Amino acid sequence: MKTIAKSFKKVSFNSVFAMAVIGSIAVSCSDDDDPVAVDEEEVITTMTVTLTGSGNTITLQSQDLDGDGPNAPTITVSDDLLANTTYSGSIELLNETETPAEDITAEVAEEDDEHQFFFAPSGAITSVDYSDQDGDGNPLGLSFSLVTGDAGNGSILITLRHEPKKPNDGSLADAGGETDIAQSFNVVVQ
Amino acid sequence: MKSSILLLFAYFVGNSILAQECKSILLGEIVDFHDNTPLSGATVSITGTSLEAVSTEAGKFNFTGLCDGVIELEVSHPDCKSQFVIITMKGDTYEKIRLEHHLEELEEVKVIGDKANNTKSAQEERLSQTDLQKYSGNSLGDALKSLSGVSSLNTGANIVKPVIQGLNGSRVLILNNGVRMQDMEWGEEHAPNVDINSNQDISVVKGAAALEYGGDAIGGVIIMNPLPIVRTDSLFGKTQINLFSNGRGGNITSSLTKSYASGLYIKGQGSFKKLGDLESPNYLLSNTGIEEKGITFAIGKRDFLQGWEGYYSFFDSDIGILRASHIGNVDDLIQAINSQEPNVINDFTYNIIRPNQEVAHHLGKLSYYRRFEGLGKWNIQYDYQNNRRFEYDVRVGDDANKASLDLKLATHSLSTNFRLDSKKGLDLKIGLLGRYQNNFANPDTGVRRLIPDYDRYDFGIFTVAEFRLSDAVILDGGLRYDFSRMDAKKFYRTSRWEERGYDVDFGGIVIDDLGTQLLTNPVFDYHNISATGGFKYDFGTENSLRMNYSFAQRAPNPSELFSDGLHHSAARIELGDLRIKSESSSKLAVSLEKNESSWGYTIAPYVNAINDFIILEPTEVEFTIRGAFPVWSYRQTDALLIGIDASIYKNWTSNISSDHKFSWVRGEDKTTETPLINIPAANISNSVAYTNINWHNLAIGLESQFVFEQQRFPPNIFVFSPQQQQEVELDINTPPNAYHLLALDAEVSFSIQNANDFKIGVRATNLLNTSYRDYLNRQRYFVDDLGRNISLRLIFNY
Repeated sequence: MKTIAKSFKKVSFNSVFAMAVIGSIAVSCSDDDDPVAVDEEEVITTMTVTLTGSGNTITLQSQDLDGDGPNAPTITVSDDLLANTTYSGSIELLNETETPAEDITAEVAEEDDEHQFFFAPSGAITSVDYSDQDGDGNPLGLSFSLVTGDAGNGSILITLRHEPKKPNDGSLADAGGETDIAQSFNVVVQ
Repeated sequence: MKSSILLLFAYFVGNSILAQECKSILLGEIVDFHDNTPLSGATVSITGTSLEAVSTEAGKFNFTGLCDGVIELEVSHPDCKSQFVIITMKGDTYEKIRLEHHLEELEEVKVIGDKANNTKSAQEERLSQTDLQKYSGNSLGDALKSLSGVSSLNTGANIVKPVIQGLNGSRVLILNNGVRMQDMEWGEEHAPNVDINSNQDISVVKGAAALEYGGDAIGGVIIMNPLPIVRTDSLFGKTQINLFSNGRGGNITSSLTKSYASGLYIKGQGSFKKLGDLESPNYLLSNTGIEEKGITFAIGKRDFLQGWEGYYSFFDSDIGILRASHIGNVDDLIQAINSQEPNVINDFTYNIIRPNQEVAHHLGKLSYYRRFEGLGKWNIQYDYQNNRRFEYDVRVGDDANKASLDLKLATHSLSTNFRLDSKKGLDLKIGLLGRYQNNFANPDTGVRRLIPDYDRYDFGIFTVAEFRLSDAVILDGGLRYDFSRMDAKKFYRTSRWEERGYDVDFGGIVIDDLGTQLLTNPVFDYHNISATGGFKYDFGTENSLRMNYSFAQRAPNPSELFSDGLHHSAARIELGDLRIKSESSSKLAVSLEKNESSWGYTIAPYVNAINDFIILEPTEVEFTIRGAFPVWSYRQTDALLIGIDASIYKNWTSNISSDHKFSWVRGEDKTTETPLINIPAANISNSVAYTNINWHNLAIGLESQFVFEQQRFPPNIFVFSPQQQQEVELDINTPPNAYHLLALDAEVSFSIQNANDFKIGVRATNLLNTSYRDYLNRQRYFVDDLGRNISLRLIFNY
């Protein structure tokens, strides 16, 4: 009888003790160091497209400071475009999460064989042609020419692909790769 | 309360006083579990002694001169699985022992439910050894799907999450040799990190009734145990090789067990699997290869009075994720859904490229039990698990070889329980659990953490009891309390913090403001109660009726609370909610069964009402400079699941048998009155088998599976497509069509050194090479499911 009582006691003591041990392990394991913040690398927050023609300069800008956060990119179009005009265009890319802002344009120009812009105009924007090439003679798109038609509404979808197939047939489907930017701008041509 | 404990104590003491005299006789009778026919030639030994007896023609055996008290018998029979039986001797005692044909697979009679006895009143099913051998080259989830009411949520063919009666993920617990798996089960593309070949006694409890394993098993519990080791001096092993045509690879698994009459045993097992790109009927599924390695090692001693075990297992998998499922933004998704062919098809390869997952899981366990005479059995167990998960995405430049997700989850658990079984007819267990878990999200990925660093503390206490009211009626019940504390350190984008309204509700938990990001320290406590009760009533010829009610509560997992950001591999933004609280399920399950040797059936309806059910579903679209992404948000609602699992088998002649199963479940969001997302479609499976013992144990089976189209699904969402410059319907919820698959299986066995020690089998799945897509496969938007696969299996027992 005594042995039973003893062993029963021992069990409860053991389990209580065991719980206490794990409790202390638990406490000693947790470290109070705060985790390190992750700043997303190679982020493009801002694309500025500058169009120059007939003495006018027009900028189209998409700025997305919170990346995959809830805020949609802020899109600004500085002015209306003129009808039946050829504009020469250039693109500037920035990472504005850093101060001062990091210029990504140079990186794209440097790794030109791994990048390509694709332009899909519609409405009153009639065509876009590449004005630059990478080292292999394939289009890049940091500079281009844009032609407007008669007055009306138009739009242009600009896509930057990283590591696309080069050369490609000019379609996004054929090019593949990773989308760094996909942004459309609505413009008025008058 | 105090006085009742005293009374209980007095009872046990009384019992042990009786244990002084050693004149008692044990008269036993061994019968076949299925038809009550006497089993002769069974060896019965009393563990811890040298006493042994063999059953007579009439199945009878006896021991004389025994002391009163609790003894354990080991009953073994050439055709049956050895069984340990605990008997309370109180004067001359009579005991009827039912043995089951279990290891002799070829003669195996269908067994449903009863052998799986983790609960008596709830719905439970066990995988047969025959089925396990068929699925030895697949995953646990694939094998479990052969049970009615179990389906799977897949990401391709290699990531298979079990779904029990419509529920998956954190609602399904997996017990791996007594250790609750802690392997980041919260993610839809996280498969269980277990080797199906390691612990081969696998059963599924549908629902939360198996309270001792956890109070939060709203879906159910999958229990994987090692096959029992007979206490004799022996060395035996098994090797199985499977070769697959689809994937052009296979796997090998081998185990070796050394056992001693003293109860000591040493067991080792290893598996290796390698498959290249899989194929659908019309095209190759690029980057769907897999490489898996598994090792288990166990050493222990099992004695009547006490026993211990040390166990270690390691499981490592490298799984390719379909290249075509890696998409950029919503336009790519629209294009993928509209196009019938994947956008990337490369040549066949064994190489796994990006995107892929590399997961390693270490599990170590030490356990000890001791029996206290006239009282019961005490168990204590410590286990440690370390789960390391890398997810790689298609990245470019310097990051190309950097993981996008790198998590390390370490879990320590200490559990103990005391089983009071000395009173015949009553089996009572009381247990405690303490657990500490730490998750570390490596910041070196250069990608914002989807799951934050956290510490989690759990404490649980439970009691379960089983009471045999009469020979025909067993009552069981249980009660459990769980406390969980989640203590996380999480960064939020300031814009997200404000958009979610956390600045108003959780302003106090911000510990650092980095400008665009906030470091927060959410600490949440959850108190959960679970309870179960039910009965099993046996009547007529092998009929039984079970009924079980269970109430269970589950605390939200880290994904449900903290997810926040773009999940690159899924091209979707996933948003958790800090406000999510525990969900509570009330489930009533009934089953009516008949298990005769000539035929039998199970009809098992259930209703599961879940308050504050946590669901993840597509809700809207968010725009970024990289395009638009669908947002999948977690929310809570009241849900109702109603379903039925039914099966029937018939042994038409001694050679021909057939088996028929049907499962259906209906899930409804009570608040919005819309169907729940990801509820498995109804399905019917029929199989017919021919066996001939005289012809090398030939077994040929034809299996048919028909999966209906899921007609009930939540509405699709509408999104603005930048490419199309208009609002379009994103066909993200529409289920694919119904489909029908056939499989053929044939097996023969040969005797080389021992009877039937070599088996060879051929299996063809998707025999007609049917093109189909399954609603619960996350890659259904992109590609067809697997085409025909012809496999060969070789099994050596030695």
